[in-house]
Amino acid sequence: MRSTVAALLSKELTLEWRTRESVPAMVLFSIATYVVFHFGLDRDRVAGDLASGVLVVTLLFAAILGVNRLFVAEHEQGGFDGFLLAPVDRTAMLVAKAVALFAFLCIVEVFALPAFALLLLGPPLTQALAPLVLVLLLANAGIAVIGTLVAGLAIQTRARDLIVPLLALPLLVPVVLAAARSATPLLQDGGAGALPGNWIAILAIYDLLFALIAYAVFDFLLED
Amino acid sequence: MVFFYAPLDADQGFVQKIFYVHVPMAIVALVGFVAGGICAAMYLRTRETKWDMRSYVTIHISVILAVGVLVTGSIWARASWGHWWVWDEPMLVSFLIVFLLYATYWPLRFSLEDKEKQARYASVFAIVAGAFVPLNFAAVRMAEQYIHPETFATTTGGMPGKFALTFVVALIGMALLFITMIKYEMASKHATFRLRALRRKLAGDDDELTLTGRSAAPQL
Repeated sequence: MRSTVAALLSKELTLEWRTRESVPAMVLFSIATYVVFHFGLDRDRVAGDLASGVLVVTLLFAAILGVNRLFVAEHEQGGFDGFLLAPVDRTAMLVAKAVALFAFLCIVEVFALPAFALLLLGPPLTQALAPLVLVLLLANAGIAVIGTLVAGLAIQTRARDLIVPLLALPLLVPVVLAAARSATPLLQDGGAGALPGNWIAILAIYDLLFALIAYAVFDFLLED
Repeated sequence: MVFFYAPLDADQGFVQKIFYVHVPMAIVALVGFVAGGICAAMYLRTRETKWDMRSYVTIHISVILAVGVLVTGSIWARASWGHWWVWDEPMLVSFLIVFLLYATYWPLRFSLEDKEKQARYASVFAIVAGAFVPLNFAAVRMAEQYIHPETFATTTGGMPGKFALTFVVALIGMALLFITMIKYEMASKHATFRLRALRRKLAGDDDELTLTGRSAAPQL
């Protein structure tokens, strides 16, 4: 299982490194969204709940782009058949895809977070970087798990680009809610507040439960 | 009973009567969603179409009830809080999220051609969504300050007897209505398929019958 996951993951990352298909698009999309938010909200700087909302929602929409692309190569090039013929556990696919998506999201945030601090954020980013990274990592884990599940559900359908956001957005509402609420005190004007423990706990529990659900049902998505 | 037996609410008066429709409907719809998920799990285990059918019908009726819940809830909110929609009310918001999620069930089914695949994917969706329903409510409830009228198991005493009795009767009534609707839809689906099969037999096996309208419902 572990070696299968490692092989699939390295395939995934090599593919992304060579084609550069998803991550640059997601980074560009996030920066463009900040610009749109600047004009849409008509503000030069944001702080507190507005800042955390803009940050989390932008990352969510950027993640949807990545989720849309997640299984496309397998679907179009027959990678599913090859994977199903191999004598390996099917759940390895879920784990590898989720880890790859998690890595993509982290890379996107490495670029998107400084851009956000530069373009929109009022208070300095450095005041609460460590807890903010924790919040974003937990949110990424949730988005990665649910995104992989939704991508697996939608890949065989005709209206894939339509089904993914329709399914993913309601399922990710608790993640967005918890992430935005936990990030709010970190991005306040006049010094960062404490990290709200209950929201972090909800985020972690939600991630964990959905990981279990995805683990339980993912087999059935790869049957033919 | 709602109108004659239960006393008028001291605070909200006559408007409070909608409670006996709204809350049972919401509870039955949510239980229906979870039941749809359980039927879907049974389908994945047994691979018998009847379980997919049960899951489909249960979710169908639950979504119809959910529309009713949103409408009656909105009317109640307008009457007692003064707004059609209140955003800082976790119950409303989480119910809307659940409704939006289940509204995707039909686009998902319609966009899969192969019947077996359709049933399998819809079942996976129903399981995930069925697990999401209690999770969503738990997540929202754990962290929010709770301003929805909490009627049971509160430290301040809960409902007085006559309210409670009427409520339980309303809940049972709604559950029975739900089951009846499911039975009706199942019967109608069975009849439709019997009819189609008979027609096909009459027309001869090689004659492809043109179906009127598109359906994403499971076929028996």
